[in-house]
Amino acid sequence: MAMVQTILLKNGRLIDPVNRLDKKGSILLEKGRIKAIFSARQKTGPLPKKLLSFDLQGKWVVPGLIDMHVHLREPGEEHKETIESGTRAAAAGGFTAVACMPNTNPVNDCQSVTRLILEKAESASARVYPVGAISKGSLGKSLAEFGEMKKAGAVAVTDDGKPVTDSQLLRRALEYASNHKMLVISHSEDASLSRNGAMNEGFTSTSMGLKGIPHIAEEIMVYRDLAVADFTGCHLHLAHISTRESINLIRQAKKNGCPVTAETAPHYFTLTEEAVKGYNTNAKMNPPLRTPKDRAAVIAAIEDGTIDAIATDHAPHSVLEKDIEFDQAANGIIGLETAVPLALALFRKGYIDALRLVELLSSSPARILGVKGGSLGIGAAADIAVIDPEHHFILQEQDILSKSKNSPFLGARLQGKAVLTLCGGTITHNLLTP
Amino acid sequence: MSSEYLFAHKHILGLDHLSVPDIELILNTAESFKEISARAIKKVPVLRGKTVVTLFFEPSTRTRLSFDIAAKRMSADTFSISASTSSTTKGETLADTARNIEAMMPDILIVRHPSSGACHYLAKHIKTAVINAGDGTHEHPSQGLLDLMTVKEHKGKISGLKIAIIGDISHSRVAHSDIIGFAKMGATVFVSGPATLIPQKVEKLGATVCLTMEDAVRDADVVMPLRIQKERQHDPLIPSFREYASFFGINREVLQSAKPDALLMHPGPINRGVELAPDVADSRQSVILDQVTNGVAIRMALMYLVLGGK
Repeated sequence: MAMVQTILLKNGRLIDPVNRLDKKGSILLEKGRIKAIFSARQKTGPLPKKLLSFDLQGKWVVPGLIDMHVHLREPGEEHKETIESGTRAAAAGGFTAVACMPNTNPVNDCQSVTRLILEKAESASARVYPVGAISKGSLGKSLAEFGEMKKAGAVAVTDDGKPVTDSQLLRRALEYASNHKMLVISHSEDASLSRNGAMNEGFTSTSMGLKGIPHIAEEIMVYRDLAVADFTGCHLHLAHISTRESINLIRQAKKNGCPVTAETAPHYFTLTEEAVKGYNTNAKMNPPLRTPKDRAAVIAAIEDGTIDAIATDHAPHSVLEKDIEFDQAANGIIGLETAVPLALALFRKGYIDALRLVELLSSSPARILGVKGGSLGIGAAADIAVIDPEHHFILQEQDILSKSKNSPFLGARLQGKAVLTLCGGTITHNLLTP
Repeated sequence: MSSEYLFAHKHILGLDHLSVPDIELILNTAESFKEISARAIKKVPVLRGKTVVTLFFEPSTRTRLSFDIAAKRMSADTFSISASTSSTTKGETLADTARNIEAMMPDILIVRHPSSGACHYLAKHIKTAVINAGDGTHEHPSQGLLDLMTVKEHKGKISGLKIAIIGDISHSRVAHSDIIGFAKMGATVFVSGPATLIPQKVEKLGATVCLTMEDAVRDADVVMPLRIQKERQHDPLIPSFREYASFFGINREVLQSAKPDALLMHPGPINRGVELAPDVADSRQSVILDQVTNGVAIRMALMYLVLGGK
């Protein structure tokens, strides 16, 4: 959509965790930036004639959401998602920026792939922050060219999708990344314990005859990762944390001053392994859905700050990879278009307040990735999401903008939705009438 | 058993979804069909004009033959497709293979597949009745039912009996169906084997885990060693067949600790000298061949019932 010069977002609930702001007011956007913020009683003063104005009574106006863990599948698996379709899904979900994982084909392990992604992202509906690979080809052998990828625009490195099995490589990656001020993200998994596993190991896997992935497969590597981060003193970010003991380990490490941050995904605080019953491949992901105890621990960690951010691990797969035998089906679910209602459920149930919710979905990811955004400061880029917390909808395949429809929430009644998204002042998603 | 009870299942995917009255109906129906196989003319017209397709993605001799014989004794027309001859090897999906077969209007599809849940998947995608002939490490319902039938036939009951299942519980769909079936019918199930081959939380399925085979077998009414597969030596789940045989192989001495009239069962095929000593396999306590005979009757009953019992 075309960029309108001046936009007024009126009478919304402005929520900005960075400035500890949670009050009714209006925001004036001009030339893609936040020009002014008015409290409810304040007069806006004279406004230009050509003004696009939205009355946002009852809606939340928050800094654009930032998903620090998505798979956009381009290059290489464009039948699942493209940068174009993935960022449209992002915009529809209230996201103005996404960090895309490097497990594309070819792997984003060098500056030319990073550049290609950013070229494609020029016309995208959200900012795209490429994440490069830790190792060449994500093969876990030798370091990828962090410096060149950083220069090309990558913000972090990870071998996500595969764990870094070699502890020496992880140590060297952390040390070397510190030269380039690049974040290292770990996918913590002991592959020898999880090999061929299709779901969480426990009674449900036994009763379904599926090979299990024990929770210790995650925890052992979380412990290793924390030890390496602590030893090197380099910041490490742990992706998609799903188990109770992982959380206990992270909580303790943070107490001891270990430079670690962690994210979880909405499905880990919403669902349990029960969702797999009936061999539902749309509930198959890695790490797998766990038990009610793990789910409760994830929520507690979101409450107490052990978990820093919510990231969706948006992992599109087509029916070719999903509508098949369960053990053969690919891991992963889409998440961009359901993150807001699922996270809002935590708010409605009283686990977190609105500021914390926005922090988890926007301010924290910005801070961890070291990118702009995450607040409603005057002069900042007009990356803004308007959320209607009362919007009720049933998630239906035809409404999903992602190219892939692999969601365990298909058919679910959800509450809360982004109704307007602006990225750099450009409307990227709009369900409202001005 | 009331003759009024209606069988409400279109598919037989596992013992998990069958109720006690369902299982009783199947066993009673199978008992009444068993006599057909003993006749000089082994054929009744019950399924005349019906088409039964066996679709096997894993090798099998006895299960497939048993279904085939069962269908033919009921006058159904039977056709066999093996994974090696099916188009799956050409990259066709399981659903497409099944839809293509469905388009030729069979009445029953009997499926064996290496993936757990493959039969559930097919049941969702096609309208034809699906009978699970073994899916991955999940269930093998017809085997579980024929085991129940064999025990009931010899003991007159199932409830209150002690059943000992020994061996690779993790990878055995037979053990899985047996644990569910025997527990549902009121028996007490004990399992034992190398702890590497006992799945997590199997107790919740209805089995008590014993660390030694001796504890599981003591005073048992039924002793059932399971086949141990050669690959397990390399997995690594067991060090060697030799060691396995000495700690978990059923021999005369172990069997003597069971009840004097205990039944020895085995889902076959037997690794003689590994999970079962050769002399024991042929002992008077062995009902292994009765299991095979009853298998035909159970499969006749299942096909009859999924088509509405008419």
